[in-house]
Amino acid sequence: MHKLLASAYKEFLLLTRDIGGLAVLFFMPLLLVIVITTVQDGTFKTIKQNKVSIILVDNDKGEVSKTILENLKTSEMFNISEQSNENQAQELIQNGKYQLAIVIPENLSDDLNLKIAENVSGILEKFGVDEGELSAEKSNIKAKEVKLYFDPATQFSFRNSIKSGINQMVSKIETKTIYKAFQEEISEDPYEEIFDTESFISFKEIIPNSGKQAMIPNSTQHNIPAWSLFAIFFIILPLSINMVKEKNQGTFVRLRTHPVAYATVLGGKALVFLVVSLVQFALMLLVGIYLFPLIGLPQLDVSGRLPLLFVVAFFAGLAAVGLGLLLGTIAKSQEQTAPFGATFVVILAAIGGVWVPVFAMPKLMQTLSNLSPMNWGLNAFYDVFLRNVGFVEILPEIGLLTLFFIATTLIAIIYYKRKNAV
Amino acid sequence: MIQINNLSKKYKNTDYYSVKDLNLTISEGEIFGLLGPNGAGKTTLISMLSSLLRPTAGSFSIANLNYSENQKELKQLIGTVPQEYALYPSLTALENLMYFGSMYGIKKPALKNDITSHLETLGLSKFANQKIKTFSGGMKRRINLIAGILHKPKVLFLDEPTVGVDVQSRNAIIDHLKELNKNGTTIIYTSHHMNEAEEFCTRVAIIDHGSIVVKGEPKKLINEQQGAQHLEDVFLAITGKALRDYA
Repeated sequence: MHKLLASAYKEFLLLTRDIGGLAVLFFMPLLLVIVITTVQDGTFKTIKQNKVSIILVDNDKGEVSKTILENLKTSEMFNISEQSNENQAQELIQNGKYQLAIVIPENLSDDLNLKIAENVSGILEKFGVDEGELSAEKSNIKAKEVKLYFDPATQFSFRNSIKSGINQMVSKIETKTIYKAFQEEISEDPYEEIFDTESFISFKEIIPNSGKQAMIPNSTQHNIPAWSLFAIFFIILPLSINMVKEKNQGTFVRLRTHPVAYATVLGGKALVFLVVSLVQFALMLLVGIYLFPLIGLPQLDVSGRLPLLFVVAFFAGLAAVGLGLLLGTIAKSQEQTAPFGATFVVILAAIGGVWVPVFAMPKLMQTLSNLSPMNWGLNAFYDVFLRNVGFVEILPEIGLLTLFFIATTLIAIIYYKRKNAV
Repeated sequence: MIQINNLSKKYKNTDYYSVKDLNLTISEGEIFGLLGPNGAGKTTLISMLSSLLRPTAGSFSIANLNYSENQKELKQLIGTVPQEYALYPSLTALENLMYFGSMYGIKKPALKNDITSHLETLGLSKFANQKIKTFSGGMKRRINLIAGILHKPKVLFLDEPTVGVDVQSRNAIIDHLKELNKNGTTIIYTSHHMNEAEEFCTRVAIIDHGSIVVKGEPKKLINEQQGAQHLEDVFLAITGKALRDYA
């Protein structure tokens, strides 16, 4: 115990003597979480508030294009600029000045009305309602195409949501036109309301909360756990660099002549870097609670969850420290630890679901994500932050994180012993 | 005190032995000098005796403790002063020594008293709370020495403890080692300073190509070598004047 505490004290001194390094250790993760949350919150606002700049090329000038324009305006999602030339619109999109151009084809309203009128007449004829009139010959109207030009820089998800929105809008117009055509055929009075054209089926978004306090997820609630975890795992960099430095200084060699177990040396480091990861996490929470509202970001809500959050942070920190100890034991130079450590953390974050949710990943990556300690940590954080669960529910995740720490530390000790066996 | 039997070391990916079939007995209370040109095998031998390297063949014992069976006891018994400074540059002299002393299991009050005493003897008292990175080479060498003797070892291995230091620092180090030897510490040290070894050691061994070429009391070796006046003459006569550069 005496040796362990002396080791931990030495680590504490080494850490606090490097004020620049310490500042980077605490400041960079905070900067990271602020930047990422602001960017993600901005993306959310882009759709809701900031409005996407689009071009509308109206070659139809009819009822349909008028309805599309009205719907676009009503959605309050777009800044609409009308252009008459499709090529010019294409150029503006290509240059990235606008994100989207909607080109409505010529005679869309007339042809749609004609096509639907034909279809309605045909149906009514079949039912014998339209007996008085002779069925006209079918006009040869070709299917119309609304063209959507997208800025190549726009993301796939953005393009998909726009396409689906436009599709929905066009379907609604078609449906209304069909109803109108029927009404005109059946009733003498054009103002008589035979059909209710409003949507019968609607959607309601509900976040299940199992009877506990409801939590509405926002960008802060999603980002703080994800990026805190990312920052916690980044501790493997200073930790492994610290170990490689000791090897280069010769102090590690000196320690090998001392009657001290390698586990004790690692224990001292683990204690200090675990505390560092917890302080990092506490600072992240403070930033989320106090700084975010001041800079226009949603406030982090930790009410009633604080002890469990620290439990998860503790075990995530433990897993990160274990990985750092292993990397520091195996690596021979800082040139090995720094690039490998940084890249490895990014890979763990990627397969762990920090950037892209695991369910949206390909099957193979979903399987791989089960092996990422960051995935276990993230699930535990989301369980506490967003699903409002208790300690028992996060036991599987923190159990895996503990096992990861034990496994990596044991491998480090065995590797060290085999490498330095006398 | 130290019994070495057929000790050999061959590093991976080399086709020669750095230490080959070396036999040596060092008695308690001796100051034994291991002399030899660069690459002769001195550091390899010291490293094996300090439990830093695994021998390829052979064995050794210190105070009747076999190296492979009594690792922990041996480490408590021996002290090692490596050729590198092996100190934390951002920690003070006192912090460094407190840490390395603690790793021998020495508790705080006794450890601090010992450190204070060593610092005083080696003229470093007023620099105790100064960071190592501000120290000169000679000061670092002295702290390096103290770090290896805090637990009062029975056997002390020193790998070139006076390399790159001024005359004053060298004197202080040698005087301190003599004092330790007087108090019962057996000393085994390597050096390239023949005059220092001649004056300091009770016995020396000249090693070349991993084997002991000659060993004995310095004066006796000088007398036995025709035309030799100093140990350096003996050394050059035995090892030759050709440069020994190893990449």
